[in-house]
Formats: sequence, C-alpha cells, structure tokens
Amino acid sequence: MQTKFNLRVIEIAGLSFAYDKELVLENINLIVNHKDFLVFIGPNGGGKSTLVKLILGINPIQKGSIKIFGEPLQKSLTQIGYVPQNTNVNTNFPIKAIEVVMMGHHAHKRAIVGYKKEEIAHAMHVLEQVGMEKFAHKKIGSLSGGQRQRVMIARALCSNPKILLLDEPTSNIDADGQKQIYELLRELNKKITVIVVSHDLSVVLQYATKVAHINKKLSFHDLESLQKEFDLSNNAHICEVELLQMLGKRSC
Amino acid sequence: MLEALSYEFIQNAIIAGILVSLVCGIIGSLIVVNRMVFLAGGIAHAAYGGIGIAIFAGFSIFLGTTLFAVVTALIMAFVTIKQRENIDTFIGLIWAVGMAIGIILVDLTPGYNVDLMSYLFGSILAVNREDLYFMGALFTIIVFVMTFWYRDILSVSYDSEYAALSGINVNFFYTLILILSALTVVIAIKVVGLILVIALLTIPIYIAQTISSSLYVMMIISGLAASVFTITGLWLSYSFDLTSGASIILVSAAALTVFMIIHRLR
Repeated sequence: MQTKFNLRVIEIAGLSFAYDKELVLENINLIVNHKDFLVFIGPNGGGKSTLVKLILGINPIQKGSIKIFGEPLQKSLTQIGYVPQNTNVNTNFPIKAIEVVMMGHHAHKRAIVGYKKEEIAHAMHVLEQVGMEKFAHKKIGSLSGGQRQRVMIARALCSNPKILLLDEPTSNIDADGQKQIYELLRELNKKITVIVVSHDLSVVLQYATKVAHINKKLSFHDLESLQKEFDLSNNAHICEVELLQMLGKRSC
Repeated sequence: MLEALSYEFIQNAIIAGILVSLVCGIIGSLIVVNRMVFLAGGIAHAAYGGIGIAIFAGFSIFLGTTLFAVVTALIMAFVTIKQRENIDTFIGLIWAVGMAIGIILVDLTPGYNVDLMSYLFGSILAVNREDLYFMGALFTIIVFVMTFWYRDILSVSYDSEYAALSGINVNFFYTLILILSALTVVIAIKVVGLILVIALLTIPIYIAQTISSSLYVMMIISGLAASVFTITGLWLSYSFDLTSGASIILVSAAALTVFMIIHRLR
C-alpha cells in the first residue's frame, strides 16, 4: 500500500470554487499519478485556469481538498514547477536567459549578494536539459517564442520539482516550435509528472496519457484505454469537435 | 571656464549633478522597466503640494517636499495595489490635486517671495552642503538596497506573478521602489525642477535599455550617461547664461536623437 500511496502526486477531492457566488468549479475529483502526462482541456471560462490557481495555492480553497504527495497544499513552488501563460510579455526587459532561470531557485538557499557558483552551475545544467545552454547569456527578448518558452521551462525545473505544470505552453509559438516543446515535455516526463493546460487537442493527444475535460465539472479519461476503443493513433480520421464533445460528455 | 571650478557653488553643482544623475540612472531604470513613468510623473508634480505646505507653515522646503512626496508614493502604492482598474485616472487625480494644494497654499502665504521658477525648472547652482549630504545619503541607501535585494527587485520587476509564487513579498518591493522614486524625485527637483524630472528619469534610461542585456548594466550605463548630460548641460548653462535644468534636458534630448540615428544606421 505504501508504494501505491507514493504514486499519487496530486489528489483532489470534492473541490468546488466560486467567484462572487458564481460557481466555476463543482465537485472536482482527480487523482494524478507519478509520471502521468495529463492534459486539462475545456472551453474558455470553463475553469481550467481557476483549477491551476487552486493547485498552485494562488486561490484559496473554499470547499474540498487538494493534497500534494499526501500533504495539504502549501503556497509555494517547492513541489511544483510552474510555467505561466503569456511568456511573451516584457520582451524589452534587459535580462539574460540564465538570470530568468535563476529566479526559480529556492529563496532560502540564495547568496546574500549576487549568485552562488552552485546556483549558476545548476542553472546551466537545467538549461542543458531544455537544450538552451548556448543561449544562457543572450537577452531574453532576442530569443524566439519557442526558445523563450524553453527558458521558462528551465526556470520551473530549477527547484527540481516532481511535478511540472504548464499553462497553455504553446499559444504564441509556430508549429515547429510547438512540436519541439512537446517532444521536450515527453523527454522530461520520463522522470517527472507533467500537467499541461491546453485547448489545442490535436497536438496534445499525441503526447498525453490522461485527459481531464473541465467545464465546471471534470470528466476524466485514460487515453491508453480510449485508444483501444477509437484507435486514436490514426487521429487524422477523427473530427476534433466531435472528440471534444465526447470527452466532455462521458468519463472513462 | 577653468577658474569657474574654484567657486564653491560650481563645485557643489557638479557633485550634486553627478550624484543625482547616478541616482536617476538606478531608479529611472526601475521606473522604466516597471512601467511606472506616469506614476513617477504624478509623484513629481504632486510634490509641489509639499513645497506649498512648507512655505505656508514656514518649515524647511526640502523636508516638506520629502514628506509630501513619500506620502504621495504610499498613496500611489496603495491605490495601484488595491485598485488595479482606473489606475491612470487616480494617478492623474493625485498629480493635479497635489499641484493645486501647493498653488493655493502659496497664494495664502502673506509676503511670499520665494522664486517659484526654481522649483519648476531647478536651481542646481543654489545647491548647498546640506543638500549634498542628503543626496549622498540617498545614493548610499539606494546602492545598499540594490546590492542586497537585487534579485528580489529583479524578480518583481520582470515577472511579479512568478515572484509572488516563489514567496517574494511583491507589494513590499513595489512600495519600496515607489518610495525610492519619490526620494529621487525630491533631489532631482533641485537639479532640473519638477517639470523636467521625468526627462532625466527616462532619456538616459532609454539609451541604456537599448544596449544593455542586464538590469544592473542598464542602471550603470544610465547613471553614466545622465552624468555626462548633466555636466554638459551645466557647462552650457554657465557659459551662455541659460536655465540649467532646461539645458540639461535639451543636451539629453540631442544625445538621444544622435543615438537613435546611429542605432538605426547600424
């Protein structure tokens, strides 16, 4: 039983959330296991972002519970590496890629002035993991959207998280860049749990192992068993809209 | 020209010009990357209220301006943190009301004979020892804050949402930046006047931002560029008997134009 308990990285039970009496999430139950590649899909305003904010501890829990590695939620990024949406803002900012990455270091391990040698070495190591070590000293604004997103992933990996949570990671990135990001996530997924918020079903389904459709309520799907039913590998023949409706209606 | 350097008021003006330029380089960089230029403009103009209160109540104008500017910065911080919508409107309101308070209080002061223009356009040649001590102290405080909290301030400025998630007190550092901006505005008023402060806080910074890949490099380049502009402007002002603040700003603007042309051509 002990090992089974350890496999559960996130456990959400009976979670509801309302903004000013308007219910956004209703009775959400979800178990995320170690090394899952989970995707949150659903319409805009369906509650995906709200759920992310609850998991990160930005929004207070009103009803229900969220446990991370069996522990109640704490407001910090110690367990979860987070890649926010809209990493294309502030591109004029004079900052090097490696400086952005080092923002991901734990505050209490920091040097009093400047950066420790170990911090720089570790930042270079995570930049290597995302294939961006050659760009460490480039200004962040001079990188392409896809490269910048890799730097943001490196920042999230800096605290050695067991879970990586990405909010719409490929929204301002060209098709090639998107594919590279997902290939990178698949590689990272060999060691850690990956959760992606996305509305782009066609790309995500090639990489995800689990799907949670969120529209106030959550319906959960294990893609491995779904694939047997619908032969998703041959996904050119499936209409995306129908698939989305199906994922929203029923749970597997 | 060289014999001018032997006058104490010229020496004071040069030291003040360099100190204020370095401070404006550091704080101006923070103001620009945090997109607070309008906020800083609001504090600069509202500071006139402090001048009015000091003249009316009869205490040190420097003290009055400092207190009023810091209080204005705190109000601005409170408003921008609590009331994310309509920020522009509130800043405009504080900007105008601060100035109006100053003007009315000066009107109400009997036998008023202080040179108003010196606050609007600066009076660097009237800088005294006390002003220099205050400028030196502020420079030291700012260098100290930037040395020990550089990473937090960098995080908050670059990505405040992420900074908050990683446990940095974003509101504290935001308020700190605004208070330091207010103090910077107060000493810059001496050099270029409250109307022209915003130029000293943006022109050298724009040049530096274009060629820097780090925030601290931007701060150093801004400070050095501002120093060169200030000393050149001061020299022109002395040689041709022109208003010092306006000379400094026009030198900066001319340098910016040359910089932009060279930058385009390359």
